[in-house]
Amino acid sequence: MDLLTLSGVSKTFDNGVQAIAPMDLRVDAGAFVSLVGPSGCGKSTALRLIAGLEKPSAGTIAFAPARPVIGFVFQEPTLMPWAGALANARLGLDLKHVSRGEADDRAARALHRVGLKGFERAYPRELSGGMKMRVSIARAIAAAPKLLLMDEPFAALDEPSRQALNDDLLTLAREDGMTVLFVTHSVFESAYLSSRVVVMTPRPGRVAAEIALDPPDERDVSYRMTQRFSDGARRVQDALKTAMAGETA
Amino acid sequence: MNGPNGGGMRRTLRTLLPLALGAVAIAFWQWSVVHYRLPVFLLPAPSDIWPSFTENIASLMESALVTLKITWLAFAFAVGGGLALAVIFSQSRTAEMALYPYAVVLQVTPVLAIAPLILIWTGYEHVERAAVIIALIVAFFPILSNATLGLNTVDPGLRDLFRLYGASRWQVLWRLQLPGALPHIMTGMKISGGLALIGAVVAEFVAGSGTATGLAWRITEAANRLEIPKMFAALGLLAAIGIVNFYALSALEWLVLHKWHESARGR
Repeated sequence: MDLLTLSGVSKTFDNGVQAIAPMDLRVDAGAFVSLVGPSGCGKSTALRLIAGLEKPSAGTIAFAPARPVIGFVFQEPTLMPWAGALANARLGLDLKHVSRGEADDRAARALHRVGLKGFERAYPRELSGGMKMRVSIARAIAAAPKLLLMDEPFAALDEPSRQALNDDLLTLAREDGMTVLFVTHSVFESAYLSSRVVVMTPRPGRVAAEIALDPPDERDVSYRMTQRFSDGARRVQDALKTAMAGETA
Repeated sequence: MNGPNGGGMRRTLRTLLPLALGAVAIAFWQWSVVHYRLPVFLLPAPSDIWPSFTENIASLMESALVTLKITWLAFAFAVGGGLALAVIFSQSRTAEMALYPYAVVLQVTPVLAIAPLILIWTGYEHVERAAVIIALIVAFFPILSNATLGLNTVDPGLRDLFRLYGASRWQVLWRLQLPGALPHIMTGMKISGGLALIGAVVAEFVAGSGTATGLAWRITEAANRLEIPKMFAALGLLAAIGIVNFYALSALEWLVLHKWHESARGR
C-alpha cells in the first residue's frame, strides 16, 4: 500500500526559483526509497514539502491512511548545544508533552539503540561528528515515526562512520517497520540502502527514473563487494548520467 | 599550555601578574611622591591614602552601600525590563518596529543631558530614585539589544524541527530561543553591570547635593574640602565595586555556559 503519494507537486519559491517541476512519487509502506540527483535539484525541497515545512505551489501530497508521525534528520546533526544527548533525544517527546519519565525511558532506549549507551549526559560539543549524527537519529526514532525523512544525513561523515551508520539505519528501519525517504548525492549509498532509487533531473527537479533494487534484508560490508550491489549501482549511475545529459541537451 | 599543569600555571599567572604589576606601580607612585616632593593636594602618596581610608571607613562603607544598592537595583531593573522587552520583540515584529527606535533614542541621548530633568521629576529629596532611573537608562540598552539579537539568532534547522513536532510559540521561546540567547544575554549583562555603576555615579554628580550620600557624593565633598587622599580612597572603593561586579558576572557567565558554550571553555 502506498504510504505517501505526491501528485503533480511543484514548488516555486518567492524569489522566482522553481525548485521542483511537477513531480509524481509513490512510496510504499515499509520501503526504503532514496532520492538521488545533482545538487540543487530540489531533493531537499521535496523532503521539506512532505514534512510540511513548506507548502507546495501546486499538486497534492497525500498520506494513507492518515498523516503518520514523521521523523526528520538533517544533513547537520542540528542538536541543541545547551542540552545533553538524552535531553536532545527527548525533544520530540517533550514537545508532545509526553511525561518526563516515559520520555526519559524512550529517549534512553533510542540512544542505546544507536550505540550511545553511557553518553546520555554528554553535551554535543563532547561528541564526534558521527556520534552527533547518532543522537540526531535517536531523537528521530524516539518519537516512533512511521515515516523517516533523511536529508543527506551522512554526507559530512568519514567513510567508516558512514558505513556503520548505513548498517545501523537499515537495522532500525527494519526493526521499527519504518518507511524511509533518504536524500543523497551518493550513487553507492543509495544502491546499498534502498529498495528503490528515484533519480531526479537537475533543477527544476522532476523524476527522471525509478530503479527497483532487490537487496538482501541482512546487509553488511561484504554486500558492497557483490555483483548484485555493483549492478544496482551501475543502473543508478547510468540513470543519473542520462538525467544529467537531458538537461544539457 | 595544554599539559597537565599548564592550565593551573596559566591561572596562577593570570592572578599573580596583575597583582605584581599593581604592587610595582604603587611602589613607584610612593617613591615618586616622596622623591619629587609632590604636594598632597596634587597627588597624595599611597601612604597618605590608606590612613584616610581607615579613618573614614565607616562613612565610606556607608556610601559604598548606597552606591551598590543603586547600581544593583538599576541593574536588576535593566535585566528584567530588557529581557521582557526583548521577548516581546521576538514575539511581535510590529512591537519591535514600533518600539526599537525609541530604545535607540534613549540610548544615544547623552544621559548627562537627561539627568537634570529626571532629578526635577523625582525631586531633590529623592536623589536615590533619580540615580536608579538614570543608571537604569544607561544599563538598559545592552541587555535589550543583545537579548534581541540572541532571541532572533536561532538555528534554522532546530526551528524547523520544533515546527515539525508542532511546538507552540511558548515552547519555541522557552526551549529554543531563550537557551540559545543565553551567551548573548550574558554578554549584555556584563556590559550593563559596568554601565549601571557609571550611571549611578553620573546621577550623583549631577545631583550635586540634595540627599545624595553615595561614593560619588563623597568624592565631590572631599574635592570641595581639598581632602585629596579621601577622594582617592573613595575612588578606589568605586573601582573595587566595579571590579567585583564584573568578576561576579563573569563567574555567573561561566556557571551558565561552561558546559556547552565555546566562549566559556577552558576558563
